[in-house]
Amino acid sequence: MSAAMTQGLDRRAVVAELLREPGDCPGGQLLVVTGLGSTTYDAGAAGDRPENFYLWGAMGGAAMIGLGVALAQPERRVLVLTGDGEALMGMGALSTLSARAPGNLAMVVMDNGQFGETGHQASHTALGTDLAAVAAACGWKTVLTCTTMEEVAALRMRLRHEVIFAVIRISPADVPRFLPPRDAAALSVRFRQALGIPAD
Amino acid sequence: MTTTSWQDGVYAALKKAGVRQIAYVPDAGHSRLIELAHADNDMQAVVCTTEEEGVALAMGAHLGGQRACLLMQSSGVGNTINMIGLPTTMHAPFLTLITMRGEWGEFNGWQVPMGQGTEPVLKAMGVHVKRAETQAEVVDMVSAAASLAFGSIIPVAVLFSQKLIGAKVFVKEQEQ
Repeated sequence: MSAAMTQGLDRRAVVAELLREPGDCPGGQLLVVTGLGSTTYDAGAAGDRPENFYLWGAMGGAAMIGLGVALAQPERRVLVLTGDGEALMGMGALSTLSARAPGNLAMVVMDNGQFGETGHQASHTALGTDLAAVAAACGWKTVLTCTTMEEVAALRMRLRHEVIFAVIRISPADVPRFLPPRDAAALSVRFRQALGIPAD
Repeated sequence: MTTTSWQDGVYAALKKAGVRQIAYVPDAGHSRLIELAHADNDMQAVVCTTEEEGVALAMGAHLGGQRACLLMQSSGVGNTINMIGLPTTMHAPFLTLITMRGEWGEFNGWQVPMGQGTEPVLKAMGVHVKRAETQAEVVDMVSAAASLAFGSIIPVAVLFSQKLIGAKVFVKEQEQ
């Protein structure tokens, strides 16, 4: 791996910072939806909690699941945390989210320019696509790209108060595997219980 | 513009079932439902760029404690195949109303393959499929499908046959 390929922030450090003190959030615990692959592992490694809903499949669906949660829970804050490959597969959702404009949802794309899970193939963000520019063109009013941990630290609380689309440039280097729970039915039940929703 | 009463009845059935979010990719056969959803302050109407977005939205709605319904046409079912497995994986309810193309007086052959594939594809993905052929049965069928989806917590599709909604007319000469 060349030096250029290892540039970028440590993904685990980034997510640990973004999800630090998740109860320090308007409306209660921050609600987090992660995308298939590494962002699911990152969020789990930062501390498994019932308010995390991890996608282990349904690639491209993280943003729209986040929108459904945000519309159903307007008093709560929702963070969609996903990777460049997952965001690219659901790129139309950037337009749908902007069109619906929920005031309580922010989205972070952890961009390493690779499909890391499947063997580090270059993704479209390494081949010319700028997802921050895509989001801006879709109508997102506040769009950021972070390249330093100082910027990530400043982003943490903004994500809990504003409608923001942020791209964070991370290193494609492999990190230790961390596998959070993957039973989607159990994840659903505990997420709903954490929101105080009675069982059907 | 179709404003027939059976579509108002279908909307009332969705309301009675407690549906609060409606995702859709527009179809002429759903235009009345879409109008009603946008006019309703107690309904979140979400236009999607592709149908699989609507499946994911419905799963998010469930996580957040609301019920959702996806409106699409039969060609859109093909776009949802991977995502429509999500309700089964999550053990979450899912309800979709599908206007059929490519089966009754279809003018446009491009609609035929997916129209013919709609029901087998849904069943292959574990979705329970109901089919409404007449105005007399459609409202009750949607109510029953909603009860099945939200009560039994399973994915359910109701197909609105092309005979029910009428084959799409492209040029006025065909109307005469």
